[in-house]
Formats: sequence, C-alpha cells, structure tokens
Amino acid sequence: MQIEQIEILEFLKRHSPFQELPEETQVQVASQIEISYFKAGTPILSFGQSLDALYLIRSGAVETYRRNGDLYNRLSEGGIFAEQGLLRSKTVRFPASALEDTLLYLIPATLFDELFENHDLFADYVMVSDEERRKAVPQRQTDANELMTSKVNTLIGREPVTLTTDASVRDAAITMQHESVSSLLVLQPETQAEANRDGKINLIAGIITDRDIRNRLVAPGLPFDTAIGDIMTRELVTIQHHQFVFEAMLIMLRHNVHHLPVMKQGRPIGVIAISDIVRYESKNSLFVVSSIFRQQSVTELQALSQDVKACFVRMVNEDANSHMIGSAMAVIGRSFKQRLLELAEEQLGPPPVPYCFLALGSMAREEQLIVTDQDNALILHNDFDARQHDVYFKQLADFVCDGLAACGYTYCTGGIMATNPKWRQPLQVWQKYFRDWIDNPSPERLLHSSIFFDIAGVWGKVEWAEQLNKDMVRHASRSKRFLASMARNALLRTPPLGFFKDFVMENDGRQNNSLNIKRRGTAPLADLIRVHALASGCEQQNSFQRLKHIINAKLIPPGRAEDIRDALEVIAMARIRHQAIALQAGEEPDNNVAPEHLSDFERRNLKEAFQVLSNAQKYLKFRYQGG
Amino acid sequence: MLYLGPKRHKANTLTGDQPGIDWAQHFAERANQARDARLVQYYQAGMVTVDTPIKDVPLLAIDFETTGFEPEKDGILSIGVVPMTLQRISSNKARHWLLKPKFHLTESSVVIHGITHNDIAAAPDITSMLDELLSYMAGSVAVVHFRGIERPFLQATLLDRLGEGIDFPVIDTMELEARLHRSKPPGLLDKLLGRQPVSIRLADSRRRYGLPDYRPHHAVTDALASAELLQAQIADRFSPDTPIAELWK
Repeated sequence: MQIEQIEILEFLKRHSPFQELPEETQVQVASQIEISYFKAGTPILSFGQSLDALYLIRSGAVETYRRNGDLYNRLSEGGIFAEQGLLRSKTVRFPASALEDTLLYLIPATLFDELFENHDLFADYVMVSDEERRKAVPQRQTDANELMTSKVNTLIGREPVTLTTDASVRDAAITMQHESVSSLLVLQPETQAEANRDGKINLIAGIITDRDIRNRLVAPGLPFDTAIGDIMTRELVTIQHHQFVFEAMLIMLRHNVHHLPVMKQGRPIGVIAISDIVRYESKNSLFVVSSIFRQQSVTELQALSQDVKACFVRMVNEDANSHMIGSAMAVIGRSFKQRLLELAEEQLGPPPVPYCFLALGSMAREEQLIVTDQDNALILHNDFDARQHDVYFKQLADFVCDGLAACGYTYCTGGIMATNPKWRQPLQVWQKYFRDWIDNPSPERLLHSSIFFDIAGVWGKVEWAEQLNKDMVRHASRSKRFLASMARNALLRTPPLGFFKDFVMENDGRQNNSLNIKRRGTAPLADLIRVHALASGCEQQNSFQRLKHIINAKLIPPGRAEDIRDALEVIAMARIRHQAIALQAGEEPDNNVAPEHLSDFERRNLKEAFQVLSNAQKYLKFRYQGG
Repeated sequence: MLYLGPKRHKANTLTGDQPGIDWAQHFAERANQARDARLVQYYQAGMVTVDTPIKDVPLLAIDFETTGFEPEKDGILSIGVVPMTLQRISSNKARHWLLKPKFHLTESSVVIHGITHNDIAAAPDITSMLDELLSYMAGSVAVVHFRGIERPFLQATLLDRLGEGIDFPVIDTMELEARLHRSKPPGLLDKLLGRQPVSIRLADSRRRYGLPDYRPHHAVTDALASAELLQAQIADRFSPDTPIAELWK
C-alpha cells in the first residue's frame, strides 16, 4: 500500500495510544485523518454539538471545559480530546477551544469505534488514563486580587456541633469539652428531631459560647442545670459560605462576636471562630514577618519555621508568581537575620565598630525558596582591629549562623558565611577583593565567587553594601576579561537535551529519571542574566529586574530577554510547585524533579524553557568570548 | 526562487494574474473552445462565481515536483493533490502520482526532491492519468505556494502533449504572505541596517502560524503544507466570508 500521509504516520508513531498500534493499523489511521487549523482563542467544539471525530493535537495547545465553564483539561502536542463524547452520545461533553494556534488531526468516529473495539491498549488509554493524564493540570490563571482572597468555607473544619434549647448548661459544657469547640449551635427540640430524620438542620434558635457561660451563668451565679435556651445568644450574626475571609473578620469586629455560623442555602454548614481566622492569617507572609520580630529567643524563632513553610504553600496555592514568592521568602529570611542580630547585640552588647551584615546569592536576588542554605558575610568598619575586635564579631557571626541553621537555613557547604574569617573583613579589604576579582580574573578564580556579585545589606551600615555594589558594577562592566570569565563559568551547568514523558535525556545520550531543576535550570539562568546585567552596568540584584534593565539597554537582540524571562518563570514555578507538593505531603522538599510527575503541559513548557536557556547560553558564549 | 514567469504562447495564453478576471465566465468560454474531450469536461464542471465566500469554495491543494524551473525546458516528476475546504483538509483523499518527465533528470534536481531515474523508469506519462487529475481539479480552486510552477507547468505540458493548454484560478499562499510582509519596498534605513526581509518561503511562513515542520519536497506533503497554511492565513486575517475574488489569481 502506498502511503501518502507520511508526515501524519510519523507523528502517530511518536504518540500514545497510536504508537502502540500495529503498523498496518497506524497506516490505516494515517490514511483516514482529516486536518483542521484553529487560531489561538477560537472555539473548536461547543457543548452538545454532534461529534464525528476524535481530535488529536498535531501542534499547539487546547483547553477543554466543564459545562459550568471550569477548566477541565489542558492538552498539548500529542494530546487527544472528545473521546468521552465519542464513547457516549457522539455529542460534545467537554467544549474545547484553542489556547494557542493549533493544528488538529481528526480521526473519524467510525475508525475510533473500530480501534476501541479491537485494540485493548487503545481502549485502556482512552478509558482509564483520562484521570491520570489530567493530574496536575494547572488551574487557569486569574487575576491576583481574586486569588489572594479566600472564601470562608475553606476555614470550616467540621460539621456544626449542636444541642437543643432544653439541654442544661452543664451538658453544653461537657459537649464543648468533648468536641473541643468553643461554641454550640442551639436548636429547637422539634427541629432537632427533624434534623435527625432529614440529616439536615433547618432552624437555629441561637448560639452559646464560652463567653455566654462565663457572663450569663457563672457571673450572676445561676445553677448549672439552667437550660441553655435561657442564656444563649438569640440574635444570630451569620455569614454566607461564599463570602470572603476578610468579610468574616469585618463582621466579627462590627458585631463584637467571636463565632460566626456559616450558612449555605439557609442552613448552617459550620461555625468559624476568630481563632480560625488568626490561624489562617498566620500563614500570611506579613504576619510571619511581624511575628519574627516578636520572638525573644532562637528557640522561639525556630518554632516559626512551620509557619514559613505554610506561608510558602499558601502563596503557591494562591497562584502567586515566582517573583512574589521569591521576594516574600527573601523578606522572611532577611527578617530572621535582622531579629537574630538584634538578639545577638542584646546578648553581646553594642558592636565595638560599626558593621554591615550581608545577604548574598538568592536572598540578595530576592529569589529565595524553601530549600536554601545561608550565604552571608560581614563588612566591618575600616577602624576594625582584629586583635581587639574580632572576638566580638566572631561571636556575633556564630550566634547568627547557628540561629539561622536552627531556623532551617542550613550552613553553606562552601563556607560562605560570616563565621569564616575571610568573609568577615573591613570595607577596604572587601574593596580589594572585588578589585582583584575584576582586574585579575580567571574562570577558576571566579568559580566560587560569583555569589558575591549578588549582594545586599540587611543590617547595620547597609549603605556600605550599596557602595560596594555600585563600584563593583562600574568596574565589571568595563572589564572584558572579567565578563568573559564570568560567562565561561555561566556555561558550566547546562540544561538537559530533551525532556520526555518519563525521563530526561542528557547531552551524552544518557537517560535519567529526574533532574536537579535548580542546578540545570534556575541557577544557570541566574548566572547568565548576571553576566548580561554586569555588562550593562545594572545595579539591580533580582533577575527579573536585571532583565528589564538588559531590555532597556538593548544589550541582546530584541525578544531574547523576554524569552529568557518567560523561561525563568516557567522553570522557577516548576521548582516551586515541586517543593510545595512535597511540603503538603509532609515530605522533605528538594530540587529533584521527575518528568513523570508533571502534566503534559508542564513538561512541554519546561522543554521549551530549557531550549531557551540552551540558546541563551550559546549566545552568551558568542557575546563574551575572549578578553 | 528564480522563476521569471512563463513565456507567453501565442494561441494559448494564461489568463491568470490579469486583474478582475471572472473565472466562471472564462471557464464557460473555454468549454466551447477546447478540443480535447477531457478538457471540455473539466471546463464544463464550471467554476465558482467571483462573489462566492471562501468558506463555500471547494479547494484543491496542488504541488508539483519538477526537473527544474522552466516550463518549456523542464518536466513534471510528481504531482500531489489534497482536497480541502476552509473547514477541513481531506488528507484522507490525498493522491500522489509519479510521472515520467519528457526531459532528462539533472543531478541537481535529484538532490532536491529525491526522485531518481529508477523511480520514474516505470512511471506513466501525464496523459495516462490526466483524467484522474482533472476530475480532482474539476470545480475546485487550486491552492499552491508560489504560483509560478503548477499552472505554467501544466499549461506547457498539455500544450506539448495535446496541442492545447489549460488555464485555471489559483490561490497562492506565498502571495498572501507577501501581501502582509512585502506591502512596501524596504526603506533606506532597512538597507543601511542590512535588515533582511521576512522570509515568505513555505516552511518559514508556516512557523509564523505555529504549524509543524514537515520534510519538504514530497508533492503530497508540500500540498498538505500549503493547505494548512491557507487555513491558518484565513483564520489569522481574513473573514470566512471573504469573496474568492480577493484571494485568487
């Protein structure tokens, strides 16, 4: 048989469930396909429309929806859709539209039925793996304002605990103790009977709380067998389940109540207490920061590390972008340092000469995540005399670095910490360090010092850090040899060659199950952005801000910096999500991402992002060669 | 593309590229003038009127692989056709023919299309499959990428074999691309800066619409590539109600 549809056949051979079909069936499928193109944003299938084909994505991306408009699935090259409709009524169940410019292969319904009937692997793929394939579908991005607010129903932990009006206050107290709640909903006896019958609660007579028992029974000296109906609060203040958490807070403040029954369709589905709101808000990064400054000891600070993790997870779940998360985590890390330094100074007394405590690397770049080691240093006043003063600063450094380690910021294995005498030096020595790095560069000498080119002051004479950075950037941008050496080092860590369904293809053809997404992705990106930033005289630290500067300076061809920015966001978010998933599962977060745990969509985006990184590295090599 | 346009033949000139031509009327006239029965039948199948919206026009993507670029000196090696409409490309109805050209294969053309002397030793002459080809073409508007090949080559070949040529409307996806990217000549600044004009070659044009890379120079694949490109171009910047007169040549 002569096959005219070579391109189509080749494509089928690369994608499940077609690659599992026998060759002659593949040829048969290829020869029956029709093709259709859809521009990004245009509808492909609408609900209830009759179906005559299975849709296979040749290129582009497609979103399918539930009837209510919620995102159902997001698919890319090789993805199939409309199979549920074909299996049932031959009408569209999940409407679809093109997310990108998309080319579709249409496999006729009759052929689909035949494949489903005769090929078990095909049938299994279509039936069973639908749920599987949808795992980790990223939710549609909505605007941050909407996402940063949550609905009250997310705070409800359990069904409401109830008693009837005729129960005694003693019974109420026992029930509250037993159920560990601070309030009860009080029902009319007949309503309770109905509730037992229907499994629903319809009418609430009132609410009774700890405070009611204290103020209306204990204080006036009423007997414990008083009916709760006599002391309960009858004027019930409630909230609807779809209202926002901040509205609950406002209602509690306005009415001076600490408990709110949450209503859905006229019946209570739970009660939220002010403590629920406090617990919720404690996962907010601002709250974490403010509580850091209230802690009185390292032990107390250490106890906050759970809150930091919760805050990280919350931001991820609220769809914050990598810049928001990175800077929130950096602010938290910086606050730990500042509080530890305050505590150290309380303990050791005022410093003998002024100093500046430095953050280096990811904290300086405001790209800190949850798995991070401490990179820090001390700049001392030029009057510093080691014999006289270093005892103090060594103790200070030990206190801070040990404290940070206790709070979850592991020691820097490269010894880049203020505890290392080399990195605890007067300003003039630091100036000499930088001059030396820039004037006498070699890739080997700079290998371990690139971290010093992301520098920020966190405590004390922070203006010294700014001055050091300013001078450094001015010198660096003029030294071709320095830039060439930095560029050479920025090429040491490369992205993987390919990124497949369940393995990573290395440049030498080896296949691995996972890759270190920091070492192979975010770190080399930050490295190459730093080189361009220094070359363009940029004094910013954050990679996204550096990219803005690079774009304005027109240092690299138009469009490239934007591509790099998008690639950084994709890779950073994959890393962040990976860590958030581990935290939620109670596991130790790391940087090792396995492709099989990603959705098709994430995999494809990562593949493209790695391609951008690879091209950007080639360009870097070309741009800063020699010198 | 070095092709400079067909040399006009006295008796059987090509009408294409004359502005505002009414192909329906032209086909009616041709049906009366043609002598070969196959051509008479082809013209009698008629052509859509100038105001027909593109969404209702039957289309046929066509690609020829040839021994060179000159219709008078070079011959057709293979023909690929893919029927389509604006909504669907019927690649399931695609056809491919290898042909024995009247002229010799040159080394350089073998390099391009990969069709060798062996492949065409047993291939038929175009006259033996002309029926089939014309039945595919009947009533449809041809879709090509660069109109300097298919129409002039078919014209020259039939003139040689039958003593009379053929004429038909084409939609040229390269010309549609040129309308977008070559609407004004490069300015002095562009020249000084050495700015390259946007490539309107098939593969480059396709990439701009997110269409996949295909291996070129197989007649059916190239026809399919033009078919997909046309759908993308119309989706991008023409209404489905655009009258065919604005698109064909």
